[in-house]
Amino acid sequence: MATVESQGRAPVARVRRLEPAAIGAVLWRELTVFRRYWRSTTFSSVLEPTIFLLAFGFGFGALVSRVAGYSYIEFVGTGVVATAVLFSSVFPGLFTTFIKRRFQRTYDSLLAAPIDVEELVTAEVLWLALRAGIYGMAPLLVAMVFGLDPAWGMLVVPLIGFVTGFGFAAFGVTIAAVAKSIDNFNYVTSSVITPLFLVAGTFFPIDALPGWASTLAQFNPLHHCVELVRDAVFGFQLGPDLLHVAVLVAFALLMWRLAIWRLRLRLID
Amino acid sequence: MPSPAITLRGVHKRFGEITAVAGLDLDVPAGTCLGLLGPNGAGKSTTMRMLTAQTIADSGEIEVLGYRLPGESKQARARCGVVPQIDNLDFELTVRQNLTVFARLYRVPKAERAGAVDRALAMANIAARADSVVDELSGGMRRRLLVARGLVHRPELLLLDEPTVGLDPQVRSELWALVDELRSEGVTILMSTHYIEEAERLADEVAIMAEGRIVARGRPQDLVAEHVGTEVVEIYGPAPALLEAERRATGEGFASRRTGPVLAILGAERSNGALPEGYRRPASLEDVFVVLTGQEIE
Ligand SMILES: Nc1ncnc2c1ncn2[C@@H]1O[C@H](COP(=O)(O)OP(=O)(O)OP(=O)(O)O)[C@@H](O)[C@H]1O
Ligand SMILES: [Mg+2]
Repeated sequence: MATVESQGRAPVARVRRLEPAAIGAVLWRELTVFRRYWRSTTFSSVLEPTIFLLAFGFGFGALVSRVAGYSYIEFVGTGVVATAVLFSSVFPGLFTTFIKRRFQRTYDSLLAAPIDVEELVTAEVLWLALRAGIYGMAPLLVAMVFGLDPAWGMLVVPLIGFVTGFGFAAFGVTIAAVAKSIDNFNYVTSSVITPLFLVAGTFFPIDALPGWASTLAQFNPLHHCVELVRDAVFGFQLGPDLLHVAVLVAFALLMWRLAIWRLRLRLID
Repeated sequence: MPSPAITLRGVHKRFGEITAVAGLDLDVPAGTCLGLLGPNGAGKSTTMRMLTAQTIADSGEIEVLGYRLPGESKQARARCGVVPQIDNLDFELTVRQNLTVFARLYRVPKAERAGAVDRALAMANIAARADSVVDELSGGMRRRLLVARGLVHRPELLLLDEPTVGLDPQVRSELWALVDELRSEGVTILMSTHYIEEAERLADEVAIMAEGRIVARGRPQDLVAEHVGTEVVEIYGPAPALLEAERRATGEGFASRRTGPVLAILGAERSNGALPEGYRRPASLEDVFVVLTGQEIE
């Protein structure tokens, strides 16, 4: 350091971890790319949960009038928020990360500049989590059209979606870092994502499942997202909701560190 | 004597079975341009990537701009510009957006960002295409943008990995002029290349790399004088005749090399009629390269 400055070069700001400038630059890139694609991304992110909502809402809604004390459309409308959050975080986490790392070599280009893998992953996951938080509102809006009553608690839903999306986006990034080819994603989709999505209490209450399955569901972060969203809309319950928040935050933190670790192994050789 | 901008000491790097860098010692004095010449697979790109800590050495010491790597690489990277061998532009963004991302990454202050981008556009001569999406650019344009991206923050050290490969002569000489200009502004440059002419034209010194280490280092003309003398006799002919000529030259104590139908006898200026007749030409850096690496160029 001393030798460098004695030669009259401009001193560089002291380096910290997670510098806002580095994270901001990547967020700016994502936002700029997004401005080109927001129509199609938004279309599918809103349409998919809406289809689930309508298909299940009207399909099952005709058979069952009340589930766990709610009308079925209320039950599914709030449950599908988690689906929207999951899909809009885990799939871009998987695919766009893989493409940027493997084919576009975007990450290689970025890492030649003063940004490290920790900042890169944080920025990418932060971006997807923000998106997921916003897209998670779509099912609620659609459900309101079909009779769900607005509630103040709904304002917290984007935050719940953000935390849940953070964890699942980071999970996607982790898999994208480990995978050798895009085909590998099929294993993850059928053996992890689909079960998580189905056994989360979105379409039916998990206590309708055999005991072991409903116990397992307690370990499904998406289940905690579903429950938390329902409570946000229909009324918070302090004890259980604190547990849901704790699980979601722990999941997000764990996946975040995991994603950083795996992507660093991949990008730095 | 200014301290070196880059120092590598005893650097090793293996990828599984392959040893990419095998005991590399190299320093690049601040403010000079060093040309790194070497055949395919010599370890040039691996060396470049180690300087940005995108590849971590197995052993050895690396210092860039006074910062020890890999620990302080982020500080070093802030002041380096990098032009990679493989195009990794963001093809979904426009030319200007590509540069803006990097101006931000390199912490160019907000008020200066637009100016810095314009300046880099002008230097690389792509201002006319500033608002084109990268996907629509020709190969030469993309390469210019790659160079502009490495310059957007006025780096004091520039790492160029085969910057002119695949360019037409006009774009290449434009780039040469740019490198010349940067060097005269005092920017330190490490440039790998396959083009001997490029190294001769641009580099203050060249280092020849083979199998992961530096086999020769010096000013181009000094290397030529030291390793191959000043003159070369080239003899064309059928294989038996060349074999005979080669035997004669070796007998007289001259080094020679065969490339297809050509025999080149090195150090021909020392001959007093003992060598076979042939076409005399000045010795070149290319001869040094071939003698030291045992490989033909391209
Ligand atoms: N990530 C990697 N994994 C495995 N082997 C690698 C990796 N990177 C480089 N190598 C190997 O290391 C050796 C040196 O490669 P490097 O790219 O540094 O050579 P180079 O001098 O840049 O060659 P070229 O002129 O072809 O660009 C080669 O044998 C290459 O196959
Ligand atoms: Mg190379």
